[in-house]
Amino acid sequence: MKYLTEYRDAELVAGVMREIKRVTTRPWTLMEICGGQTHSIVRYGLDQLLPPEIELVHGPGCPVCVTPLEQIDRALAIAARPDVIFTSYGDMLRVPGSNRDLFSVRASGGDVRVVYSPLDALKLAQANPEKQVVFFAIGFETTAPANVMAVMQAKNLGLTNFSVLVSHVRVPPAMRAILGSPSNRVQGFLLAGHVCAVMGYHEYPPLLETYRVPMAITGFEPLDLAQGILETVRMLEAGQVEIKNAYARAVTFDGNQPAQKMIQQVFMECDRAWRGIGVIPASGWCLRPEFDDFNAEKRFDVGEILTQESPLCIAGQIMQGLKKPHDCAAFGKQCTPETPLGATMVSSEGACAAYYKYGR
Amino acid sequence: MSEIDITGAVCPVPLSHNEQIVMGHGSGGRMAHDLIRKVFLPAFDNPALAAGDDGAVLDLPAGRTVVSVDSHVVFPLFFPGGDIGRLAVCGTVNDVAVMGATPLYLTAGFILEEGLPLETLRRVVESMKQAADEAGVKIVSGDTKVVERGKADGLYVSTTGVGILPEGREISGRRAQAGDAVILSGPIGDHGIAVLAARGELGFETTVQSDCAPLNGLAAAVLAAGDDIHVLRDPTRGGVATTLNEIARQSGVCITLNESALPVRPEVASACEMLGFDPLYIANEGRMLVILPRAGADEVLAAMRASKYGEGAVVIGEVSAAPAGRVLMKTPYGSTRVVDMLAGEMLPRIC
Repeated sequence: MKYLTEYRDAELVAGVMREIKRVTTRPWTLMEICGGQTHSIVRYGLDQLLPPEIELVHGPGCPVCVTPLEQIDRALAIAARPDVIFTSYGDMLRVPGSNRDLFSVRASGGDVRVVYSPLDALKLAQANPEKQVVFFAIGFETTAPANVMAVMQAKNLGLTNFSVLVSHVRVPPAMRAILGSPSNRVQGFLLAGHVCAVMGYHEYPPLLETYRVPMAITGFEPLDLAQGILETVRMLEAGQVEIKNAYARAVTFDGNQPAQKMIQQVFMECDRAWRGIGVIPASGWCLRPEFDDFNAEKRFDVGEILTQESPLCIAGQIMQGLKKPHDCAAFGKQCTPETPLGATMVSSEGACAAYYKYGR
Repeated sequence: MSEIDITGAVCPVPLSHNEQIVMGHGSGGRMAHDLIRKVFLPAFDNPALAAGDDGAVLDLPAGRTVVSVDSHVVFPLFFPGGDIGRLAVCGTVNDVAVMGATPLYLTAGFILEEGLPLETLRRVVESMKQAADEAGVKIVSGDTKVVERGKADGLYVSTTGVGILPEGREISGRRAQAGDAVILSGPIGDHGIAVLAARGELGFETTVQSDCAPLNGLAAAVLAAGDDIHVLRDPTRGGVATTLNEIARQSGVCITLNESALPVRPEVASACEMLGFDPLYIANEGRMLVILPRAGADEVLAAMRASKYGEGAVVIGEVSAAPAGRVLMKTPYGSTRVVDMLAGEMLPRIC
């Protein structure tokens, strides 16, 4: 597989790991932002290859994990309606709401379907004019272009039976929340490569100025991750505060500008609750009022939603890098991928699921 | 009022329903008999079935009898490399074969959905005949039920296999021991990806064919070449990862895989990358895992490679005592991770 195999080369990875060992003289705590990076680190066991001085803590970048409970309960209520075909990315189906998940809604007769793209949901809406087709538009900046494209196309096609339940989140405000917390331990960041592929990295210099932490834009393959860690450790050891691009084959400073323009046309910034963390100001994207016709929250009145989190779950502290999955008393006991108490145990990008799956 | 013309037929002749399945085909009456006579008997021609009694009377050779049942539901019914008929024969033949037994007979129960084209049923039955002939087994008893349209997905087939296990031979998931080698008969994930692609929902096409095949010949070759085979298994649903976890738990041993040795076709690896799947958890229908003492592995490996459906056989790992009940993976980077069972339904990742 071109662009993959060469970034999984064991000898090249070993070479970078040797270099990390050589340059490391003191303990450093690095956070990888993205859940996809957490998954790769644990899957390939890269953390086992690092010198003991380097600690990786896992960031909040798992879209499934941070989708607020209220929004999941709203999705469950909409999906249970007889007139609705509810569509979602696959790993949302097992995320527990207050008392059930989308799998149980499907088993009870709800029409819940896994799609690979919101554009597939759009096709379903065209093929089923007598049904309301709803797409659960969650994710970070990475999934936003496809989601806004679906809304734009629905508008162009004049569809009246397609809507999206939006729960979009953005990386920079979450980083600001982590860095601004008095309990912050993070000294350097591996920035999420795919988010930067869309957005570029022009949003990060202000964070760099305020909080003085080095950052490396990092990809997802073993060699990418090793390179990102090496760049960050080099900067920390040298006392440099910069943004290095260790994922230059996908990321430019300005990012994908047509995609950013489309996002701006359909979405606007809003406050967003992050599951387990709380409301972070201006950390989300919502539909602009001119797209109200495609807003599932406006289309379906599901009444008041009363949420109930498991009192055992510490997902919020894990996603802020304050605790590791084994610090949780329920990890691997009451909470497993089959019976998750929190979303970090559901998605393969969730830190708890990655630790459980790969036996940490 | 004009005179009524009574020269034509006054009683309408019933239609013969030769084109599609109707409820009457499951009635047990004349239509059901017609279906048996026209579709099933010509394909599964053998004296036990032709006798037309409620059960088949079988003469079994000496040894212990192994019985295994498997129900087959697959969408679509036909996919590259196989179909529900071939699957229904191979799945059960393989379950009997990996017990170390020689499969001899099958029974087949059909649940048909009203409206199923008769031609579809014919194709499935013909495919079952070909697979049974290839495996050298006879289909000696059958049953057909029809359910109303919408109550089933075309057709389901449940097969039971009967085989003979020689005295003294014990093949079991409980017998893996420290010092054993783990052999896999060929590339993994072909069946699952072929079926997924055949559904046409992936938005890309692939040339991957299902590996669906009868493995009794391969099992016989393994048993002839190795006199101390501990475990044979076909890693179907849940994939190699789930099957090896079952064995590790049954035997109370640790199985360590070598990631670089795992055979995965590039097409399957690419599809998995795009969908966020791990080939270790994807279903196979024509692969076999063999666990035996390391000393005998080379001879068995050579016999497998010389056998049909075993050409791609490789050693993928080894068995040790601890940690008991675990499957571990040695990565090419020198790190180790746990390989767990599949948790529930395999779900594609968001991005």
